[in-house]
Amino acid sequence: MKSRKPSIPYIIWMVVFTMIPIVMIAFTAFTDKDGNFSLEPFTKAFFYTDVFTKSLWIAFISTVICLLLAYPLAYFITKMKKSTQNTVIMLLMIPMWMNFLLRIYAWVTILQQNGPLDKALSILGIHGTYYGNSSAVILGMVYEFLPFMVLPIYTVMSKIDSSLIEAAQDLGSNNFAVFKKVIFPLSIPGVISGITLVFVPSASTFLVAQYLGGTDDIMIGDIIDKIFWTDQNTGSAISLILMVFIFVFLIIMNFFGDEEAIA
Amino acid sequence: MKNSKFKNGIVSKIYIAVIMLFLYTPIAVLIFYSFNEGKSTVWQGFSLKWYEELFEDDRIMSALWNTISIAVLASIFATILGTAAAIGISNYRGKKRLLIQNISNIPIISPDIVMGVSLMLLFSSLGVLFNFEMGYVTVLIAHICFCVPFVVLSVIPRIRRMDPSIYDAALDLGCNQWQAFYKVVIHELMPGIFSGLLMSFTYSLDDFIISYFTRGAKFQNLSIEIYSMTHRRISPKINALSALLFLAVLIIMIIINLRDRHEEKVRAEKT
Repeated sequence: MKSRKPSIPYIIWMVVFTMIPIVMIAFTAFTDKDGNFSLEPFTKAFFYTDVFTKSLWIAFISTVICLLLAYPLAYFITKMKKSTQNTVIMLLMIPMWMNFLLRIYAWVTILQQNGPLDKALSILGIHGTYYGNSSAVILGMVYEFLPFMVLPIYTVMSKIDSSLIEAAQDLGSNNFAVFKKVIFPLSIPGVISGITLVFVPSASTFLVAQYLGGTDDIMIGDIIDKIFWTDQNTGSAISLILMVFIFVFLIIMNFFGDEEAIA
Repeated sequence: MKNSKFKNGIVSKIYIAVIMLFLYTPIAVLIFYSFNEGKSTVWQGFSLKWYEELFEDDRIMSALWNTISIAVLASIFATILGTAAAIGISNYRGKKRLLIQNISNIPIISPDIVMGVSLMLLFSSLGVLFNFEMGYVTVLIAHICFCVPFVVLSVIPRIRRMDPSIYDAALDLGCNQWQAFYKVVIHELMPGIFSGLLMSFTYSLDDFIISYFTRGAKFQNLSIEIYSMTHRRISPKINALSALLFLAVLIIMIIINLRDRHEEKVRAEKT
């Protein structure tokens, strides 16, 4: 128990399967097909600036919507009986355990022509296909990642010491003041980690846009997927840019929040 | 005051209900169509034929077997590696420890797709060097890679909370180091180990991206099979599969929930 030796296998494992692959990505990003040093992969990567901004924009909107939906939800859950709280949290997590692709595919089924939504709206005389646009992609993202926003906010809120709230009430605060002065400030670490947990995967995921988006809804993950099979160098350069961007984002978020909440 | 509390209760219940509707409608739709006789989203009568076809589909069945066996092997191996690592890491101090833990967290914080392509680069060049092809084993290794950090993260806090003197007590009472570990220490760490195992298992089951990049040409697991099925054309067999997976998840969740409740009860009785 007092020895460092048990960690040796994992340290070797990390060197081989974490460090070396990252070095390889970086190396491949700075070489051409013949293995000579080159900046060409990066100049090619800049063709996809539009895709980058679009991905970040979609991820940003999805994160904001998740936050707006999740924050009241988390707050309402903490107001319930303890046993009801556990049940609601369990209900939130069950869809997360269904396969990622099936969840997206379910939305394709709902939004397609002659699908349930189309049929429901046809009563009103409206017909159409409801996927193949950016809104459908954002809907898919929100559906995929909403629980990742709710859970950390709920965890932080449910740990707030009730005596703090009582103290505020005794000192004459009304419900709104209690929320503003006590609950909201103390819930910030949960919000920060929720933002991280939603933004990072939605900026880098692939397939959601392929399934639900239109022809111009291509996200950075889809580009990496498409390019990597034919041009590993450019694919590596884009991956490297994405990774650096995510790390910078995490450092900024870390600066705002407390480290424990994110890990 | 009472009135406003009552109103709040109604608002929060409606809000939670709407969110649940949002979360469960897609799943309900899939389950509904899994019983449809017809192929499209036009209802043509009740039928179990998609379930029959699902069980007769050898590709899906072998993919399901691969998914489950990889999840079992990866989570067990990751739990052993991760628990040992957590014990070792907790004996480091200061900057060294921070460095190891940060490197350990890389697979969690880096995007799945970057991890997928980087492991693909590694496996394909190792494959050239040692003459092997990507497949079951490379997918298994990749899954272990993203599972271990979760185990480390959930075991370390348990070690920190543990009273170190119980280990010394076990030694004083005549245990050797190994006995002291598996007779005493492991019981203290068990909740952390178990939640690491569970997280590993579910992440492995759910993974598509990393399997997709490390699978080579022939290996199929459930996610990859679903991917190729949904890309070709929509088959109602997927609906049947979703319904069964949902049922499995539901059963597992209920078991875990009952277990938690039981533990809480035991704890309440103790105090």
